[in-house]
Amino acid sequence: MRERSAGEAALLLLADSRLPAGGHAHSGGVEEAIRLGTITGRDDLAGFLRGRLATAGLVAAALAAAACELGAALADVEDMEEDVEEEDADDACRLWRRLDAEADARTASPALRETARTQGRLLIRTARRIWPSAMLDTLARAVPDGAHHPVVLGATAAVAGCEPRQAALAAAHGSVAAPATAAVRLLGLDPVAVHGLLAALAPDLDGTAHAACASLGGARSVEWPGLPAHAAPALDLLAEGHRRNPLRLFVS
Amino acid sequence: MSDTWQTGPGPRRKRPDHMTIVSGMTGTAPPTAGTVMSATGAGAITARAVIRTAAGPGGTTRLETLLSDPPLTLRRTGPARVHLVGSGAGPLGGDHLTLDVDIAPGTALEIRSVAAMLVLPGPADSTMTVNARVGAGASLRYSPEPTVLAAGCTHRLTVRLSLAADAEVFWREEIIFGRHGERPGRGHSRFDVTVADRPLLRQDLVVGRPSVEGSPAVYGHARCVGSSLVAGPRWSARAVPAIGNDPPTAPVQASGDGWTALPLAGPGVLVSALAPDAVELRARLTRGEEAAERIAAGRIVAW
Repeated sequence: MRERSAGEAALLLLADSRLPAGGHAHSGGVEEAIRLGTITGRDDLAGFLRGRLATAGLVAAALAAAACELGAALADVEDMEEDVEEEDADDACRLWRRLDAEADARTASPALRETARTQGRLLIRTARRIWPSAMLDTLARAVPDGAHHPVVLGATAAVAGCEPRQAALAAAHGSVAAPATAAVRLLGLDPVAVHGLLAALAPDLDGTAHAACASLGGARSVEWPGLPAHAAPALDLLAEGHRRNPLRLFVS
Repeated sequence: MSDTWQTGPGPRRKRPDHMTIVSGMTGTAPPTAGTVMSATGAGAITARAVIRTAAGPGGTTRLETLLSDPPLTLRRTGPARVHLVGSGAGPLGGDHLTLDVDIAPGTALEIRSVAAMLVLPGPADSTMTVNARVGAGASLRYSPEPTVLAAGCTHRLTVRLSLAADAEVFWREEIIFGRHGERPGRGHSRFDVTVADRPLLRQDLVVGRPSVEGSPAVYGHARCVGSSLVAGPRWSARAVPAIGNDPPTAPVQASGDGWTALPLAGPGVLVSALAPDAVELRARLTRGEEAAERIAAGRIVAW
């Protein structure tokens, strides 16, 4: 049985950039935006992070929350039954694939889909060693090429003992923390000033996690089509441009 | 068999609960198109227009239903083409407009509009909802003029597009952030596309909110956003990308200044564009649409 209070410490572990899951290799579009001159300093970065959180961040948060809810429900079934029926495992695989397909439908850019799956693959490899569980094994089997990162993040959050809102918060945080760090490295910005930007976004992170959970329906896949799907056309353009740039430092 | 034709505004009276138009009712006054006073404000309009095709003799397309409901006024302008001509300004705040489109299996239709849709402020939010179903082997080309979000408006655009497995669609949407020199009103569009009940594309676009305004991650300094979705079996060979395995040659993506053609995970390509004005937006979308055709023809290695 998971303790309710366990969620907070687990959330810190999940959101920690030192979690060895490869997050540091991604700039979330910042590198290309700097190359094109649309981010030149702290003010541009502030606007970039604000918009990224309201779009890609919200979508990632909603998918992570839905995955956490599903993961917790599936883990409960596994806890109750010693031998999981093959039929149940098939159902579980189908549900993970459906949630992953919802992530696909919300990610028009092939470059961003590839990035999301690469990050998902790295995270599930790490997570299965840290938090071994039948539920994560099922997810890995359901989407062998790597599920979208927010889906894996939500499933990992569930097995670590987080609530869906905490999974959403971790996803929202990741959607701005990684680009902010990348901007510090690429533009040589004052790291304290950039962390000030993240601090100013803290209320919005809470708001995003709350909004992400607003349309959840209790691990019922019937609610997934209605999850937020906020698009950021500039991020799509940046991602496709970044992939064609042979001199890039970051993977995305 | 004769077609049912309803064009023009028709008499203003309250709409009955059932609007089923029986094929064969011709030669009489166009029935049941009307304006309903809504509770949201004096004069606010709730309107529902309907376009339905049926298979005609020899594989032709017959317009089974063409039901106008002002300000959504429809005119047949070609053998398989309908124009939304729009009678009166709007939508204004408080108006709720719905267009239902049903393209029967094996038929083809093009829907256009004669002028931009200027969304104006009013006592409440305005909504425009398009529900479109495209049947097996059918095709739909939907390319209305842009939606202009005038200062002060709050508008919700919802599109639900449901495609049969081998249906083909071209669907263009253009949103202009306010008239020349004015700040944009608030807009929220939601686009849901399914193919054989599987999600192909889900997209919300939010305009005129502080969270996204001027953000280099969302629209940058653009004044317009647009997208063209092409979907159908011609793109289905690419439904399963080789994810996780780097292709032997560097991927050549179809992108240019302010536009990109994005092959989706399912059978379709989304052209996405940002531009400083409506003319440039259309030019960029056109370039992307041509690239989408090249992707279908296999002349661009998308990944």
